[in-house]
Amino acid sequence: MKRRNGNLLGLVYMAPALLFVAVFVLYPFEQLILTSFTSQSLLGGSRFIGLANYLQAFHDPTFLRALGFTIKYTVIITPILMILGYLLALLTASNRPVLQFARGVIFMPVVIGLGASSLLWYWLFDQQVGLFDKALVDLHIASKMIVWWTDANWALSGVIISVVWKVVGFGMLLFVASIQAISPDVIEASLIDGATYWQRVRMIYLPLTARTILLVTLISAIGSMLAFDQFYIMTLGGPIGQTFTAVYWMYQSSFISFKLGYGDAQAVILTVIIMIGAAIQIALTAKRGQA
Amino acid sequence: MSELALPARRVAASDSRAIRAAAPVRYLVAAVALFIAALMIAPVALSFFASIKPSADAVAIPPTYLPRTLSLENYWKIIHYQAGLWTYVSNSLIVAVMAIVFVLALCVPAGYGLARFKFRGKEVLFLMLLLPLMIPYQALLSPLYLMFAKIGLANTHFGLAIIHTMLQLPFSIYLMRNSFEGVPRELEEAARIDGAGSFQCFWRVSLPLTVPGMITVALFAFITSWNEFLGALVVMNRETQFTVPIMLVGVRTGHMFSVDWGALQAGIIVSIIPCLAIYLFLQKYYVSGLLSGAVK
Repeated sequence: MKRRNGNLLGLVYMAPALLFVAVFVLYPFEQLILTSFTSQSLLGGSRFIGLANYLQAFHDPTFLRALGFTIKYTVIITPILMILGYLLALLTASNRPVLQFARGVIFMPVVIGLGASSLLWYWLFDQQVGLFDKALVDLHIASKMIVWWTDANWALSGVIISVVWKVVGFGMLLFVASIQAISPDVIEASLIDGATYWQRVRMIYLPLTARTILLVTLISAIGSMLAFDQFYIMTLGGPIGQTFTAVYWMYQSSFISFKLGYGDAQAVILTVIIMIGAAIQIALTAKRGQA
Repeated sequence: MSELALPARRVAASDSRAIRAAAPVRYLVAAVALFIAALMIAPVALSFFASIKPSADAVAIPPTYLPRTLSLENYWKIIHYQAGLWTYVSNSLIVAVMAIVFVLALCVPAGYGLARFKFRGKEVLFLMLLLPLMIPYQALLSPLYLMFAKIGLANTHFGLAIIHTMLQLPFSIYLMRNSFEGVPRELEEAARIDGAGSFQCFWRVSLPLTVPGMITVALFAFITSWNEFLGALVVMNRETQFTVPIMLVGVRTGHMFSVDWGALQAGIIVSIIPCLAIYLFLQKYYVSGLLSGAVK
């Protein structure tokens, strides 16, 4: 009897969430695609213009530069986060109280908002009152207070430092969990074989935590491809528009220049890129249950 | 009981054996870890110290690391910023509470449906519920903005809460599905023999056992909503509807190009406190949720 009702009843329980996704995700997504073929303005007025927005996007130097910059940001920050996160995980992997405490502190910035942390670092990086700059001078690392935001490379470095501080603990925590999940037998066997610590890391830890590494890499890369807050707050896209990210330029097109149709075409292009990464992420998470 | 204790003892044994060979290394590892922890906490500590400096000291050049005299001037200023701090805090709280309620109302039954029933097409529907992972919400803000304007949700807590709900949906459904799968089926079958109906099995038997999962879901919904920036920037156009992160950017922008650094730090500290409190006091739920989302 349970089986017969199961079909319908299961659906009933899922219905509210399904309805929500249909109304607030699928329907807007359809609207997004439709609008991307129009000249829709935020101020009203819209007509069908075919692929013109897409053609414009691929000839818009600012959009292309924003997309290129976002990829550059992602390609630089992702390995930094993975390597530092993994080193911190190795450092704090055992459950000694002092290491658990350190882990807890290193993870703490993850719960702080990206907006708040970006403003915090904007202050630390200030060329007049910034204490990060002052510390660099006091430690004789820098000769004078650094001006971070007038040069694109310095601006990118500043954002990367602040974001690494904010999210490195996330990868660390997931890596620690997956290192601790390795069977102690495997580690004991390697100890009997006389493997050195770094041999053990290379031959046992890294291969046995490979899936977590891939998963965290994807989560980080997707997050970085969608970066907005940190640039909106710290660099404002500057200097001279060199640090606009894809989402930032999309926001700028839609809500500052009122060109919704054009902004939506950019959104569709970005969504296609994200979908590929997210599909792999979902496949990895689903496979987890079987392993 | 002894079986349960066994793995833990073996982990400990391998742990100590791995390190026994080099006792000084233990101290070195601890020292390095503590040093890094100190570096990580420094920005927040410095921000806190700046927030309790007198206003003039907070903008002094060159700056000092520690306050020379203590003052709550900056907090006084941030409390009276524009429409008043409480306006922004209450906006953020209302949106967050709504988001928590929506997320629970949608994801608890969905998780139950996914965990307890077998039917054709279930996995496809599950994938549909994971769609917000694949379609970034940043891309949907422009159609949602038009839609909200049409149905009167622009500039409302309700509208922003919907966006925050969407953000949390995949993770929360995933977590609730796992929670319900962790409740033994036999419990419901026993209740059924005692004459409980299908809904009673859900409400009276399984639901109470997934409270830890629900707490985790609620915590994450709160932290996401409290911290979310872009959606609030797009949806809330009226000063009195701003949430805390948007207000903070306003404080930074200041007037006449002079930033009131002290007030900004006070605002940052206020915005950090709820998240830190949750992290400190409810760490168990927070960390377990994070791990169940990605690793075993």
